Amino acid sequence: MQWETVIGLEVHVQLATQSKIFSGASTAFGAEPNTQACAVDLGLPGVLPVLNEAAVAMAVQFGLAIHAEIPEVSIFDRKNYFYPDLPKGYQTSQMYHPIVGPGVVEISLDDGDTKRVRVHHAHLEEDAGKSLHEDFHGMTGVDLNRAGTPLLEIVSEPDMRSAKEAAAYLKAIHSIVTYLGISDGNMAEGSMRCDVNVSVRPQGQEAFGTRAEIKNVNSFRFVERAIAFEVERQIELLEDGGEVIQETRLFDPERDETRSMRTKEQANDYRYFPCPDLLPVVLDRAYVDHLRETLPELPADKRARFQNELGLSAYDASVLSATREMADYFEAVKDACGDAKQAANWVQGELSGALNREGLAIQDSPVSARQLGELIGRVIDDTINGKAAKQVFQALWHGEGENADAVIEAKGLKQVTDTAAIDAMIDRVIADSPAQVAQYRDAEPEKRGKMIGYFVGQVMKASRGTANPQQVNALLKEKLDALC
Amino acid sequence: MHDKTLSELAAGLASGEFTSRELIQHLLGRIERLDGELNSFITVTSDAALDAADRADAARAAGRAGALTGLPLALKDIFCTQGVKTSAGSRMLDDFVSPYDASVVEKLAAAGSVSLGKTNMDEFAMGSSNENSHYGPVKNPWDLTAVPGGSSGGSAAAVAAGLVPAAMGTDTGGSIRQPAAFCGITGLKPTYGRVSRYGMIAYASSLDQAGPMARTAEDCALLLNAIAGHDLRDSTSVARGVPDYTAELDAPLAGLKIGLPKEYFGEGLDPAVATTVHEAIEVFETLGASVREVSLPHTHYAIPAYYVIAPAEASSNLSRFDGVRFGHRCDDPKDLIDLYERTRSEGFGEEVKRRILIGTHTLSEGFFDAYYKKAQQVRRLIRQDFLDAFEQVDVLMGPASPTPAFDLGAKSDPVSMYLQDIYTIAVNLAGIPGISVPAGFVDGRPVGLQVLGTHFAEERLLNVAHRFQQATDWHLRRPAFAEENA
Amino acid sequence: MALEQADVQRAAHLARLGLNEGDAARYVDDLNRILAMVDQLQRLDTTDIAPLSHPLDATQRLRADEVTESDQRDHFQRCAPAVENGLYLVPRVVE
Repeated sequence: MQWETVIGLEVHVQLATQSKIFSGASTAFGAEPNTQACAVDLGLPGVLPVLNEAAVAMAVQFGLAIHAEIPEVSIFDRKNYFYPDLPKGYQTSQMYHPIVGPGVVEISLDDGDTKRVRVHHAHLEEDAGKSLHEDFHGMTGVDLNRAGTPLLEIVSEPDMRSAKEAAAYLKAIHSIVTYLGISDGNMAEGSMRCDVNVSVRPQGQEAFGTRAEIKNVNSFRFVERAIAFEVERQIELLEDGGEVIQETRLFDPERDETRSMRTKEQANDYRYFPCPDLLPVVLDRAYVDHLRETLPELPADKRARFQNELGLSAYDASVLSATREMADYFEAVKDACGDAKQAANWVQGELSGALNREGLAIQDSPVSARQLGELIGRVIDDTINGKAAKQVFQALWHGEGENADAVIEAKGLKQVTDTAAIDAMIDRVIADSPAQVAQYRDAEPEKRGKMIGYFVGQVMKASRGTANPQQVNALLKEKLDALC
Repeated sequence: MHDKTLSELAAGLASGEFTSRELIQHLLGRIERLDGELNSFITVTSDAALDAADRADAARAAGRAGALTGLPLALKDIFCTQGVKTSAGSRMLDDFVSPYDASVVEKLAAAGSVSLGKTNMDEFAMGSSNENSHYGPVKNPWDLTAVPGGSSGGSAAAVAAGLVPAAMGTDTGGSIRQPAAFCGITGLKPTYGRVSRYGMIAYASSLDQAGPMARTAEDCALLLNAIAGHDLRDSTSVARGVPDYTAELDAPLAGLKIGLPKEYFGEGLDPAVATTVHEAIEVFETLGASVREVSLPHTHYAIPAYYVIAPAEASSNLSRFDGVRFGHRCDDPKDLIDLYERTRSEGFGEEVKRRILIGTHTLSEGFFDAYYKKAQQVRRLIRQDFLDAFEQVDVLMGPASPTPAFDLGAKSDPVSMYLQDIYTIAVNLAGIPGISVPAGFVDGRPVGLQVLGTHFAEERLLNVAHRFQQATDWHLRRPAFAEENA
Repeated sequence: MALEQADVQRAAHLARLGLNEGDAARYVDDLNRILAMVDQLQRLDTTDIAPLSHPLDATQRLRADEVTESDQRDHFQRCAPAVENGLYLVPRVVE
C-alpha cells in the first residue's frame, strides 16, 4: 500500500525579551541555578503576574509577519498540572483566545517550489524551569531560572507531507523570528523547540490516521530523522495489522528512534480556565498598525525581490535570504559593487567556503561586506582578473591590507592591459616555444582553440597573473594564426 | 487606652498624652493576658512592635508624624510579612517565614502604623466561623461559646476584645463583613481592585479583597486612605485616584435613597435579626433618607455560583503548595507522586481539601461548561442585578448575616455553613463594596447592618456608616470579656 | 450529576491529594451535597449571557520590559525544605 505522511508542528520560540513574561527577572541564559528566579517566578504565596509589553509586541509582530489575524482581545488561561519545574502547579498560557489567529507560512522546497503551510494560531505562554538529573543522593535538582521566560507557541495545521517539508517549515519559522529579531533562534540553547505530530494514512484517504506526538525535537536535522523513524514505525505497525495509539513519544538522537513516554499515568486533564490574576489583553488598532509599520522586510518578500528585481535564480535568492545576517551582508556587497549576480556568486562561493572552513557566522566574517564589494568592483572594472581577486580576498581575510585597492597595490596585482607590454610577452613566449608553435600550425583549425591554452598559461605566468586573460587570448590567436 | 478608636489614639499620641511605646506595651499586655482564652493571634511580634513604636515616637518627636504614625493594628495571617511567620491558618505554612512584604503591609508600615502580629483565620480564608484553623478556633469575645465568624475571625475578635484598635482582614465571600457583624465591629470590603492583592495569599483571585476592620467607620476610612490605590504589581488593581475617605464622613444623609433588597429579608432570616435591622434603617429615615424595596432577583444563585468559581480558582491557586520551594513537606517521600500527595494531604485541612476537590472536579473535562462557564454566566446576571438596583437607589441595606454568631461546633455540615453567607457572597461576585456596621444585639450577640454601594462608592458607604454611628452607640458597646480585673 | 468514589479519587489524583478509603467515602457525601446545591444553577436560562471572569470590565496593563529583580536566591531558599548547590531537591524524576 502507498502511505501518505501527515505532519503538524508545534514550535516553541523563546522571545528575546530582557525580562520574563510576568516578572522583572532577567531572561539571560546560563546564570547560576535559581539566581534569576524571583518571587513571582518561584510562585511564592501571594505573588501576582504582570504582563511584559515586549512579549506582546513580539507576538504581534510574528502574527503580522505570517499575515495572521490579530484578534482585538486575547486571554490568558491556566493549564493545571503538577511537575517540579512548574512552580505554581499551572502554566499560564492561552487556550481559547490566543494573541495570534490563523496565518500562513511560505516554505521553499529543494526543487525551488514554494508551499504554503497554514498556521492554526500562535499563543503566548511562560516557559518552565529545568530538572537536572545529576545525582543528588538519588534526588533531582530543580533550577527555575528559565521559569517565566516568554514563549510563543506556533501551532501549524497538519499541512506537511514529508520530513523535508517539516524541516523547511521549521527553517522558515526560524528565519521569520530571527528576521524580526524576536528570538535568537538558538536551538542548541533551547530558544526554539519543536513538538512534531505525525500520522500516516493510505494514499488517497481523506481521514487522518491516529497521530503520535514527538516531544522536544530540537534541531532541524533531528526533525527529519525523528519523522523518518516515526513514519517507518507507524507504517510497519499498520502493515502488521496493528494500530497506532495516540501518545507522546520522545526522540532519542543517540539511538535515532522515538519511544513512548507514557507511563501508567492516566491521561492528563489540564483543567484550563481563564487566569483570574490577569485581565483580557486588548490591542487597539493603532498599536497593531504601528507594529505593522515598523516590520522589517521578511524572508519571503526578500526572496521574491532578490529573484524579481535583482534577477537572481530561485536557489540563490532562497540561500541569500535564509537569514537576516546573510541577506544584509549580501545586499551590502551588492550595493558596494553594483552587480547582484557577482555579489551572489562571491557570497555563496569564496566567502561561504572560507566561513565554513573556519566555522564562522557571516556576521563574524573578517572580510566586511564593503571590502568584498570593493574587491568585486575591481574585477568588474578590469583592474584585476579573477585569479588575482582570489588572492586579494585571501589577503583581506587574513587582515593583510585595509581594502582591495591597498592589497592590489601592495602585491602588484593590477591587471596589465597595455597592449605593447602584452605583445612583447606573447612574442617572447612564441619565440621560446617552437615545438608547440609547430604543433599548432599542423593541427586541424578546429582543434587549435584547445591548444591555445598552453600559450595563454605561459603568458599569464610571465605576467605573474596580471595580464588580462581575454586580451591575451585574443592577441595570441591573432599572432598564431598569422604564423599558419 | 484599649477602648479608644484609632482617631482618638491618634489624638492622644499627638497631644503627648501617651507614647506609642506605652500604648503598644499596654496592648501587648492585654494580648498576653486575654488571648490565651480568645486565640485571636497566631503570631505576636512583640519585639518588632516595640521597635516600630520607638521609631514612631522618634518620628513624631522629629515632627514627621503621618496619619497612622505609632498607631497599633494587627494583620490577618494571610498577608505576607517579611521575616514573620505567615501561615494562612494552615499547617502547610506552619514554618513559612515570608521573604517579602505584601503591598498592604508595606503601605501600612510606610504610613507609620505598628503591627502587633498576625491574627487567626480559617485556613486559606475558607470558612465562616474560624473553626477551620490549624491553630484552633477563635472565640467570640461577646460569648465565648460562640464563633467570631470567619474567615477574618481573629482580626474581628481581637478588635472586639480591645486587644488592638484595628486589624486588616480579607473578604472573598463575606470574610470581613460577617465576622465584623458577629463581633460587633465595623468592617469594610472595598471594591474589587481598590486595594492591591500583591502579597495576600490567594484564595479566589477574582473575589479576594483586603479591607479594614475597626470600631468605627471613621477608623476604616483612615485605614483605607493608607491601603487603597493602584499597585503596578497587581494587574487587577485599579488605576484610579484615591480620595481622602475621611473628607465626606460628615456629609448629611438628607435625600439618601436606600434600597432594601426583598430577597435579603425573606425565608431563613432570624426574625430577631430582621427586627434589629429594620430598627437601624429607621434611624436613617430620621436622618432624612428615604427607603424603598428593590429586588436582586438572582440572589439565591449567588451561593451556588460562588461554590463553583471560588473552589475552581482555589484548586489552582493552592497547587503551588507542593513541598518543593516553601512550606510543609512530608518526611522521606519515596517518589514524586508520594511527595505531592502526602505533603498536600498532611498540609491541608478538611475544608481546604473539600474545596480543592470540588474545584478540580468542576473544572475537569466534561464538566467545565455545566459548572464553571454556567457559574460565570450567572455571575454576570448577579452583577447586573446590583447595577440595576443602583440605578434606582444610592445604597442597599440589609442584614450582614441571617443570624447572630452561632455556637462553636454548631454547623458541622458544610452546606449549612455555606448558606450563612447568603447576604455577603453576591457582593464579591459583583465586585462592589460593602460595609458591616454594629446595629444591635440579639440574645447578647451582636447584629451587623450591611450597607452596599456601587463600584468605588466607598466614600458614600463610610459616610452612611459614620452618620449612623453618630446617631447610635452600638459601636461603643464593649464585651464583658474585655473588662479586665472585673 | 452525582459523584461516585471513582470521581473523587480522580479529582484527588489530579489535585495530588492523598486520600485513604475512608476519606474518599466521606468526601463523596460532602461533595454530592455541595454539588446538589450548585446544581440549582441549571435552573437558570443563561443562553447568550457572556461569562464574567472579572467583576470590573478592565483590561490588562502592560509592564515595560525591564529587569527590575536581582538575585535573591539565598534569601528565597531560606524557606525551602530541601536545597543543594542552589537547586531545589525533589525525589528523582524519571522521564
